[in-house]
Amino acid sequence: MKKLVKGNEAVVIGALVAGCDAYYGYPITPASEIAHSASEHFLPLGKVFVQAECEVGAINMVFGAASSGQRVMTASSGPGISLKMEGISYLAGAQLPCVIVDVQRVGPGLGNIGPEQSDYFQVVKGGGHGDYRAIVLAPASVEETYKMSIEAFDLADKWRSPVFILTDATLGQMMEPIDIREVETHRSEKPWALDTKQESNDNLVTSIYLDFDDMEEHINNLHAKYAEITEQEAKAEVYGADVPDIVLTGYGITGRMLRSVVDKLNECGIDATLIRPQTLWPFPSKTYQEVVKPGVPVLSVELSRGQFVEDVRLSLPGHNVKHYGRVGGNLPELGELVEQAEKLVQEAKND
Amino acid sequence: MTKVFEKSPAFFDTFTRKPSMQKTTHYCPGCGHGTLNKIIADQIAELGLQDQTIFVGPVGCGVFIYYYFESASVSAAHGRASAVATGVSRANPDSVTISYQGDGDLAAIGTSNAIHAANRGENMIVFFVNNNIYGMTGGQLAPTTLIDQTSTTSPTGRTVLNDGHPLKMAEMVAGLEAPVLSARVAVNTPRNVRQAVKVIKRGLEIQRDKKGYAFIEVLSQCPTNWKKESKEACDWIDEVVCKQYPIGVIKDVADQREAQIRLAERVEFEALADQLGLTTDDEDTSQKIEMLQDELRFKFAGFGGQGILSLGMMMAQMSMEQNMEVTWLPSYGPEMRGGVANCSVVVGKKAIGSPAIESPNVLVALNRPSLEKFGPLVPEEGLIIYNSSLIDQVPDNLKGQVYALPATDLASDAGTVKAANAVVLGFVARKTGMFQLSDLENFLRETFKKPAMLETNLKAVLAGWNAAEKD
Repeated sequence: MKKLVKGNEAVVIGALVAGCDAYYGYPITPASEIAHSASEHFLPLGKVFVQAECEVGAINMVFGAASSGQRVMTASSGPGISLKMEGISYLAGAQLPCVIVDVQRVGPGLGNIGPEQSDYFQVVKGGGHGDYRAIVLAPASVEETYKMSIEAFDLADKWRSPVFILTDATLGQMMEPIDIREVETHRSEKPWALDTKQESNDNLVTSIYLDFDDMEEHINNLHAKYAEITEQEAKAEVYGADVPDIVLTGYGITGRMLRSVVDKLNECGIDATLIRPQTLWPFPSKTYQEVVKPGVPVLSVELSRGQFVEDVRLSLPGHNVKHYGRVGGNLPELGELVEQAEKLVQEAKND
Repeated sequence: MTKVFEKSPAFFDTFTRKPSMQKTTHYCPGCGHGTLNKIIADQIAELGLQDQTIFVGPVGCGVFIYYYFESASVSAAHGRASAVATGVSRANPDSVTISYQGDGDLAAIGTSNAIHAANRGENMIVFFVNNNIYGMTGGQLAPTTLIDQTSTTSPTGRTVLNDGHPLKMAEMVAGLEAPVLSARVAVNTPRNVRQAVKVIKRGLEIQRDKKGYAFIEVLSQCPTNWKKESKEACDWIDEVVCKQYPIGVIKDVADQREAQIRLAERVEFEALADQLGLTTDDEDTSQKIEMLQDELRFKFAGFGGQGILSLGMMMAQMSMEQNMEVTWLPSYGPEMRGGVANCSVVVGKKAIGSPAIESPNVLVALNRPSLEKFGPLVPEEGLIIYNSSLIDQVPDNLKGQVYALPATDLASDAGTVKAANAVVLGFVARKTGMFQLSDLENFLRETFKKPAMLETNLKAVLAGWNAAEKD
């Protein structure tokens, strides 16, 4: 059934449809509706909801719940995600499945509560200490936020990994219809989890390996897993012309705006194609390599002064990739983006 | 021959989780941890709790607690054992969750998590090993280090001026309402060990009976970092440490407490659908709104309190119910604080790209700043509806078709100025041809449960609807 909800509520509804057992969180704008919605629904359903004393507490409660085999989630925004990062490193090290939502706001520091996409490095490149990765999903609508929050729990279980859902203040606060219905989810058996059975007495959840060789083996195993994830899970939406004059790229809210820009450019006689990554780690580099032909300019747009663009450039070595970013809480106007695209097409012609 | 002393069955026979030297512990000679481990293991075995027990290990000398106990175990980040134990305990309501923490872990970096777990009355038992020093990292000052005691970071002794007073955690925890048991024991002498056994057994029974949070501070000797012989270290606890940290049960209210059960259930989709208030599907998914164009972009703007955001939501909700694509986006930034609110609503036949609106097809401006700000953005064929009750001067740079609607006055006539948004809804619905009056009335009947509110809003919508005809 269709329900008009904010992106922040869609996350919770998706989690519940996926059978999420527990929510631990701490309030922060613009993510607070996630905690509001979770508190409204988890406890009446006999599930766990705790407003933790701090972000650090919340992520470590997630650690405890995930160690116990529960489907568990937390949510925050940039400053809170910074605080959670130590815990996320431990979750990755101990290979614990969980879902973490980052509703990005403006930084650095306290910044403000407007939309930005400046947590990209923090979330996609690690953020916590150590040589780990975490799966990062980037929805561009409320419906996709809902669907990805269901998918996130399956991915977390499948790969025994923390999974991020990376949204922003706009996606979190905007309302759109979602279609809520029962879906099949794949909750893994977790024989390794902490339990109260005799068989589980030997179970140990840890990220410590004192012996250097043991630790190296553990890290190598993690990276063998990461290679498989990279192979299997990278995803992107491609929209627009088959043989474009320009390729536009952006994720989340920016990617969605670029869809409108593709249409507007088309009206002006410019063939454009959008690549919108739906996973940021693993990054859909292959899609870029397939879609972007030599000589076709690429305009990469994000709400930051240039983080996401680095992965675009790494995917297209030697290629002309131009970055355009707005920050501070401002969204670019479509006209502004059309102008940037037109300029780049013109420059490419002149080259 | 009777055995009078043996390895507890709650311990591993061989410490296979330990990378090497699997028959000995990692503790230094003379350390109190081993004695404490033995007491805990004996009592777990005696109470038959081994399979139920889950250990949460800290960072500190207790980090390898899982080497010894044959129970499910997890190692936490430094200071976070009580938070991890909260997650474990909530996920395993039938467990005996043990958080085993040292004084750096619990009384310094993790105080917040420890105190809040206590204050929530989590079903867990915390062993707080107080040897008034950081052991694992090399003998640094702890919050529990005694005045004048030297450490590697207080080489001339702790001073009140620089480091404050030693923290008395058991007393602090006892001062909270929720904890059932707070006590301090020591493991330096046979007499103190006998007392510790009793208190620890009591704490584990409280866990078995689900009565809530138990906190046991354990004074333990650290000959290595105290730079004392083992015997000397044990004596020092009696002679000096116990003066600062008196041994005894500070609080025990277990007999007055009931078992506390916290749920951790899985539910079927039906229960969730019920909780979310989902009703059955409408089979008809055809788009029922006749649109002036494929996509209409509305900007609703006014003072905070004029119901601007809910006006937008009503438009979005009604359009969604007619199977249209919709987005609703509230305004952000300093305007919200300045008392001006706005929201953008897009209603379309196809998937909507950007939810942000640069040039609205329809602008509703309920106050003058809104009209001045957004009015000029409306193109020639667009509609500008402004609240003529509050706006007496129309900017001369407007291109769109301008309609004056005395929304506040009409709402006031209907019963309350707060219904100005309903007046606008009626007007916009008719002007754009998107909804029938009956659609609006049905919608209001679903939205407003209080009869008086419904009455007022029905009147207000009708007033707006009628005003649209006059124009």
